Amino acid sequence: MRVLAQIAMVMNLDKCIGCHTCSVTCKQTWTNRAGVEYAWFNNVESRPGLGFPRRWEDQDRHRGGWALDRRGRLVLRGGGRLRRLLGLFANPDLPALDDYYEPLTYDYDTLVTAPAGTDTPVARPRSQLTGEPTSVRWGANWEDGLGGAPEHAAADPNLQGGLGEQVRFEFEEAFLLHLPRICEHCLNPACVAACPSGALYKRVEDGVVLVDQDRCRGWRMCVSACPYKKVYVNHRTGKAEKCTFCFPRLEAGQPTVCAETCVGRLRYLGVVLYDADRVGEAAAVPEPELLDAQRDLLLDPEDPEVRAAARESGIPEDWLDAARRSPVHALISRHRVALPLHPEYRTLPMVWYVPPLSPVLDATAAAGGDPGDPDHVFAAVTQLRTPLEYLAQLFTAGDTDVVAGTLMKLTALRSYMRQRSLNTPESADPEEDEGLAAVGLSPVQARELHRLLALAEYRDRFVVPAAHQEDAAVLAETGCPVAEEEQPQHGGGRVHLGMPRVRCRDDAGGRR
Amino acid sequence: MALSRTLDLAAAHGAPDLLLWVVVPYLCLAVCLGGHLWRYRHDQFGWTSRTSQLLEHRWLRWAGPLFHLGAFAVIGGHVVGLLVPAAWTAAAGIDEETYHLLSVGLGALAGGAMVLGLGMLCARRLLTPRVRRTTDTSDRVLFPLLSLVVVLGLTATAAHNVAGGGYDYRSTVSVWFRGLFGLQPHPEAMAGAPLLFQLHALTAVLLFAAWPFTRLVHVWSVPLGYLTRPYLVYRRRAPRREARRSTSV
Repeated sequence: MRVLAQIAMVMNLDKCIGCHTCSVTCKQTWTNRAGVEYAWFNNVESRPGLGFPRRWEDQDRHRGGWALDRRGRLVLRGGGRLRRLLGLFANPDLPALDDYYEPLTYDYDTLVTAPAGTDTPVARPRSQLTGEPTSVRWGANWEDGLGGAPEHAAADPNLQGGLGEQVRFEFEEAFLLHLPRICEHCLNPACVAACPSGALYKRVEDGVVLVDQDRCRGWRMCVSACPYKKVYVNHRTGKAEKCTFCFPRLEAGQPTVCAETCVGRLRYLGVVLYDADRVGEAAAVPEPELLDAQRDLLLDPEDPEVRAAARESGIPEDWLDAARRSPVHALISRHRVALPLHPEYRTLPMVWYVPPLSPVLDATAAAGGDPGDPDHVFAAVTQLRTPLEYLAQLFTAGDTDVVAGTLMKLTALRSYMRQRSLNTPESADPEEDEGLAAVGLSPVQARELHRLLALAEYRDRFVVPAAHQEDAAVLAETGCPVAEEEQPQHGGGRVHLGMPRVRCRDDAGGRR
Repeated sequence: MALSRTLDLAAAHGAPDLLLWVVVPYLCLAVCLGGHLWRYRHDQFGWTSRTSQLLEHRWLRWAGPLFHLGAFAVIGGHVVGLLVPAAWTAAAGIDEETYHLLSVGLGALAGGAMVLGLGMLCARRLLTPRVRRTTDTSDRVLFPLLSLVVVLGLTATAAHNVAGGGYDYRSTVSVWFRGLFGLQPHPEAMAGAPLLFQLHALTAVLLFAAWPFTRLVHVWSVPLGYLTRPYLVYRRRAPRREARRSTSV
């Protein structure tokens, strides 16, 4: 057993209102530069829908992630080593820019320089790539709030095989859920495995997956290999860029920008311990066992054997302590309410999701049931407007029982806390709750889960141990992660569209 | 010693030949070597293929493989033609006629693929607005220069070895080329070569000088190590002073 620590995230989808604050703050922090205008390290998708880039989940086309070959061995879906090298000249699986969208700006200059006339001047859209007038055809949240769903959403890759016919896109019958996405910082990252230069790597200390900008040679294999399409090509520098998990903040013990600024307080950050020796094994089990294998790979930080092995592999005491208090470990392993996104990609993703439940109590009442009666509520869970099959496609490789179990647990919790708060006569003794018992929760556990999910205080949501003292000198060294952009001078009536050249000047002359 | 030899050469061959076939090539090779060292040390961030596939993929899909595979074959052909003396191939039992047929046949195939690919790459660079806007000064030098080298080379072969009576570059151009690397320059071997071969050689030498300052540097980063390395790469955040367990897994 070789124990490594990983900073992981859980998102509670019940609370996501699709406000895009995470996306915007992330954009402002990391990708407000020429070359990555189109890149969103964090984006929020409306589901059902195509997502960003369009149909990223369609692995028959994009061929990302891992698959088992005929002999049951784990291989990159996009092909083995030799095949990848042969694809260097033109990667057949790379998404085109139009699968994302053409970045654009507006001709704001016209607003102030237009001569006096009878019509109000209009700022027309212009491509940020060519400077030519363009039309706005797609964007990172084009389908926001199911916009365009009647035309597009049926092409959602999760709606294949009969499910598409059940789902209706008329207003009264539609279902909508928001899915915020960042890089999964996988335990078995396909992008790392596909990088011919070895520029992508997983950090031993905290599991963050990063691109070494000095080693990247622009072979763009990571972009197609990532099944979540969360590695982007910077088209100005010709190098790959991806979500950094805000590692400078993590190292200082702070949550990522997306988590910090989430107004719904739905993101959790904490340490999980895993056995690095068993990663390959867990990624290669048959599909029905994938979810369990991925859960089992995470170790129990209370187990003395695990703690001893963790110390052996150099994990500091405060990290072990953080692992015990980790909200992420609690939601994934202890309460088992968080599920991974698309475990069937076999990358062992480390951003997990609590599936959304919202309208279930209303649905129970609407169906003539008693929202206080667990049986009625559980029955309603299986007939939610958001089909279980859809959630199962997203989170459990198609296993509806697991999703239903998770939702029933959340339902029982909600109904228990409702009775506790309302203090109705039939719940005089809340220590004996048959709903809780049915889902295997003790009242103590239920109150802990309620505290974590419903109250979600800052110190409970984020348990991020700072990077270690002995590294402080290195971390204090300030570098130039992103160079200042050259701002062209205005003049001569030309419209400058913010397309400066990006070049990192490494004055110290050393590698970072 | 070196000076006296230079003077001897100058006396024997005349200054222009010496300049063109000894001084310029050595200068260019020095720029090439020094440029690469300098860039590798100071510009790792700029050391990339500068992919534009994201911006345009329909032309690239065909042009990229055509050009690269053609170029590999062409380079292979040059290695055989320039570095292997005629005596060696004769010793291997390949007579002059077979060699000629092979080199012209395979060369036409490889050269054709390379020219077609390069033409498409140039076309997309000129005609696709998105790609055109990303073209920088180094590309504006590289694409015309590379095209010139390739076209001159093909024209020389076509004019002298296909249409013409056949020109044995292995007794002139190859001797000159090997002499450069053996530090025994033979400007006289090149001085008598046909103009097209001379121009091809000169532009190629200039291409070597431009090489380190263009996207061509990605050639030296052919990721052959990928064939043998473990799939997952783990790295420590920063090297630590105390001895720790190995960083790679």
